[in-house]
Amino acid sequence: MPSPRYWREIPNRLRLEAARCKGCGKVSYPARLVCPSCNGMAFESIRLSRRATVVTSTVIHVAPADFQMEAPYALAIVQTPEGARMMVQIADCDPADVGPGLEVALEFRRIKQEGQSGILCYGHKGVPAR
Amino acid sequence: MREVAIVSAGMTPFGELWQSSLRDLFVQAAREALDAAQVKRVDGIYVGNMSGGQFVGQEHLGPLMADHLGMAGVPAVRVESACASGGVALRTAFLEVASGMSDLVLAVGVEKMNDGADVTNVLATAADQETEVYHGVTFPGLYAMIARAHMKTYGTTEEDLAAVAVKNHRHGKLNPKAQFRLEVTIEQVMNSSLVAAPLRLLHCSPVSDGAAALLLCPLERAMEFTDRPVKIRGSGFATAPFALADRADPAFLEAVNHSATRAYEMAGVGADDIDVAEVHDCFAIAELCVLEAMGFASPGGAGDLTRSGETTLGGQLPVNTSGGLKSKGHPVGATGIAQAAEIFEQLRGEAGERQVKNATIGLTQNMGGSGASSVVHIFERV
Repeated sequence: MPSPRYWREIPNRLRLEAARCKGCGKVSYPARLVCPSCNGMAFESIRLSRRATVVTSTVIHVAPADFQMEAPYALAIVQTPEGARMMVQIADCDPADVGPGLEVALEFRRIKQEGQSGILCYGHKGVPAR
Repeated sequence: MREVAIVSAGMTPFGELWQSSLRDLFVQAAREALDAAQVKRVDGIYVGNMSGGQFVGQEHLGPLMADHLGMAGVPAVRVESACASGGVALRTAFLEVASGMSDLVLAVGVEKMNDGADVTNVLATAADQETEVYHGVTFPGLYAMIARAHMKTYGTTEEDLAAVAVKNHRHGKLNPKAQFRLEVTIEQVMNSSLVAAPLRLLHCSPVSDGAAALLLCPLERAMEFTDRPVKIRGSGFATAPFALADRADPAFLEAVNHSATRAYEMAGVGADDIDVAEVHDCFAIAELCVLEAMGFASPGGAGDLTRSGETTLGGQLPVNTSGGLKSKGHPVGATGIAQAAEIFEQLRGEAGERQVKNATIGLTQNMGGSGASSVVHIFERV
């Protein structure tokens, strides 16, 4: 991944910044230029809570090249209390235990390394709430 | 708009076709359709193709294919909507003929997936790179999340999913052009290796090479080219939120529902009027969700419908008589055209052992990504 692209995505990926539409209140994550709900273009930036609930999930057994060393791993769509939904890995547990309804904390983690000399890619993973 | 007919079809076998290149496959299918109608030159060509650029490093497919077909000079362009590229190429050709702009238009879908590319990564470009692929998702993974949501809401079981694969392999065994002409049992499906839980290997369509072609013309001229044309009665196309996380209900394929509604309205028919359908079973769960979104089954009812045998040959509504993507193969850009080629054969009474008796009205549904685009066509025997 070219470094400007990685840098551009820092606000949402590393700081969990989302955009709340000033017109209808819909929360978009990552932020967008146009609200998908009301077409408004005025937003306030908000920080998402670092906790979420699993909506649906899977366990990846056949993984893309960058993730092969990690398989099998759980992936889920989770929803934060603000109503934002995102796809994240669920770590630090048996992947088979992950399913709809699981409460997770969103923790800052390394997501992948691009090859031997590529940049380290960071982001968030869900960890079952203790 | 003018009424439009399909007057001929062509199709390569689907499979690992190491001896054939992307252009070979295209020419083979296109020539079969042209020869059947005894046509030497067309007014336009639409090439349905998802990713020649990434699978074999080849873009700019319109002029390349026109040239290799011996038709340099003819307007030709590639149409892309991921795995729905073929269906959208058909729709684009239909619109060009219906508008009166052209008379003879070829719609050809083609994909060469077995040529050394990292297929998982190429297919993943049809998902959201920034919010989905970044975290390690694959296409089986996206449909697995759809499956788990469907199971949670409706109590759908792994047996329901397996029944789709068993049925489509039963049909595919009868199709000489299918990639996997073999039957599988519920036990074999349920014991196959996990790809993305709860989806197993035998819930997933294979990696395939292949091409399919259709020749379209105004209905009023169709008898010049064949004595058994098939009329295109309706065409519906829709999109939905791109990332799975942005859909209120991950188990509801909104684009499929909207594209079907638009096609039904245009054709003046409903789900009950369809005699035979080819739908996008890239993964077993997709066929169940599609049947529900198009009104063939109630929400959550497609599993029961499938296990009852109603979607098997001989049932009320045979679905994927070709073997579907699962058994016939899924060269992504070719699929939408190949589906229509199957319905073309069915409505002309040429489907041999797979023939649905007295099939008059047929339907195809072809979808891109995890359901962010869907295109539906309705056909009628003339």
